[in-house]
Amino acid sequence: MAEHTLLEAVNLALRRALGDDDRVLVFGEDVGVGGGVFRATQGLMQAFGPKRVFDTPLAETLIAGMAIGLAAQGFRPVAEIQFMGFIYSTLDQLINHASRLRTRTRGRLTCPMVLRAPYGGGVHAPEHHSESTEALFAHVPGLRVVIPSSPKMAYGLLLSAIRDPDPVVFLEPKRLYRAAKEAFEDDGEGAPLDRCLVRREGNDCTLVSWGASMKETLAAAAQLAEKGVESDVIDVCTLKPLDVTTIVESVARSGRLVIVHEAARTAGFGAEIAARVADVGLYHLRAPIMRVTGYDTVMPLSRLERHYMPNAARIQAAVERSLASD
Amino acid sequence: MSNLDIHHTTLLGPDGHPLAPLPAEFANHETIRDLYRHMVLARTFDAKAVALHGSGRLGTYASLLGQEAVGVGIGHVMRPEDVLVPSFREHAAQLRRGVRPEELYLYWGGDERGSAFAGPTQDFPVSATVGGHAPHAAGVALAFKLRGEARVAVCVFGDGATSKGDVYEAMNVAGLWQLPVVFIVTNNQWALSTPRREQTAATTLAQKAVAAGFEGEQVDGNDVIAVAKVVGEALAHARSGNGPRLIECLTYRLADHTTVDDAARYRDESEVTPWWEKDPIARVRLYLSATAGWSDQQEKALLDECGTLIERAAEAYLATPPQGPEAMFDHLYGKLPADLAAQRDEVVAATKNRADG
Repeated sequence: MAEHTLLEAVNLALRRALGDDDRVLVFGEDVGVGGGVFRATQGLMQAFGPKRVFDTPLAETLIAGMAIGLAAQGFRPVAEIQFMGFIYSTLDQLINHASRLRTRTRGRLTCPMVLRAPYGGGVHAPEHHSESTEALFAHVPGLRVVIPSSPKMAYGLLLSAIRDPDPVVFLEPKRLYRAAKEAFEDDGEGAPLDRCLVRREGNDCTLVSWGASMKETLAAAAQLAEKGVESDVIDVCTLKPLDVTTIVESVARSGRLVIVHEAARTAGFGAEIAARVADVGLYHLRAPIMRVTGYDTVMPLSRLERHYMPNAARIQAAVERSLASD
Repeated sequence: MSNLDIHHTTLLGPDGHPLAPLPAEFANHETIRDLYRHMVLARTFDAKAVALHGSGRLGTYASLLGQEAVGVGIGHVMRPEDVLVPSFREHAAQLRRGVRPEELYLYWGGDERGSAFAGPTQDFPVSATVGGHAPHAAGVALAFKLRGEARVAVCVFGDGATSKGDVYEAMNVAGLWQLPVVFIVTNNQWALSTPRREQTAATTLAQKAVAAGFEGEQVDGNDVIAVAKVVGEALAHARSGNGPRLIECLTYRLADHTTVDDAARYRDESEVTPWWEKDPIARVRLYLSATAGWSDQQEKALLDECGTLIERAAEAYLATPPQGPEAMFDHLYGKLPADLAAQRDEVVAATKNRADG
């Protein structure tokens, strides 16, 4: 079984989807001949031709809006926004149109589109290239929000996102694009879009994260295990719809919940998880819910970003505070 | 260097006299009677909508009074397989395309089922946000082009929308890729309370096509024959693979912006009155009277027919019970996620409790 990076996994999934289904189109800025700024679409235009894989003018509103028109006509557009910092001009299209086309026409028109974007910090990128604003999208009814954290999951989740009958915002942790390789079969198998994934098991604490910060969360869990603290580590994978059941089942065993995300704390998606656990699992908790997150500051430029992003030490400290509090 | 001299077409003057020989396909009285009938029907629909709102039986509604020729002209020349991507004031085009008046009343009455058109099933629902629908039309047109279909997307927006980047982004890509799309500006001179002269320093809105690499032209938007001719030519041009066009229809919003607006706050009646003299419906009636012996009896019969049709549509709308509250979950996703099923149960239970209480 071949090993692949997360970036290669995205490319393989796109290649597979283009090969399986003539309705799939891949487009965006510099995704054609250039193969994308991270090379996620490398070779696809050459393999499938410029009618299936093509560059657009530099116009993000257009990219999202055109995807809606194509999707309503039965295509399966997979559009790339080059960096998450450029995604905000698509919000009107996503919120006012893509997410509600099915609802407002009672299913007469639908919008099976995927908007992909690399997100998150840690690669010393220029301004506007490092934010994690996934919670904005998770707030929008009618969308799905999917964030893989491993090559295998990136492959399976992206295939499922493309096959899904509704609009999906698919955020790729660019810090992990080339960080590690994982062996998996390029077998066209999708991963479920409504399920958290348990990446590590232990009964002492429940750690929940997604995307790039899974790396630090898993590292913290490994370090804690050396001290005899065994944690469940849950990869949310799909923020919307949220599989809260898997999280609550874990908290029922551990009695402790530490949520880790790179995004700013206030109204970050961790707040939603905390609220949902409090709704149905409050009496399982033996300690307050902890959040280890980016700060409520503007994402700093590259010199300070390592201070902004959660690291294994901060996560460990939160778990230890949790353990100490009953 | 592109030419910024924008061609302008008027065929039938406000007094009902042709200013130029009418094109052959519109010279027969049957076609003109058909255009006339649809304009009268649109105006009857519109008056009823305003009345329904006045008596508290319809939500906020955007009247098309004075703009009937634009929508009817467009609808007349589009083919059934074309796709209309309209703004929120294009009821006339929608009706002419086969959207049922009771469906439009349902939509404006606050019911999503009003956009589940039984007629033109691929037409977009109205865009209540301004200009955001232009990229959809580009996407629809790209779909046609990729499949090699001889179909055209028709995107209609107002003068205010031409100030938006969305519209330019859509026009730009349409020009670049020679997409089969026709952009139509219903320039009714007012974007809510902002007059056309405060939108842009451009002399015409049609010239905005030039920067996107294709032709724009103006047409008298109160002359249904001119609108049908010019839009028809643009459709043929796009359908045969020659790319987009932008058509600016010069007309006037005789009504308030919506039924909750009062235009008297920001515009003088003296500006409105001369536009009544350019009424798109009156000029065709005058033409038919002069050339086809259109009689008072025929006029009355037509008004009665439209009145009856619209009364029936209004009754059908008013007799449609609201959807159950769970309907807000029905078409949210192709398959409702499990955690939303619980929220659906919540609203059903809350409704039941209210009913029990």
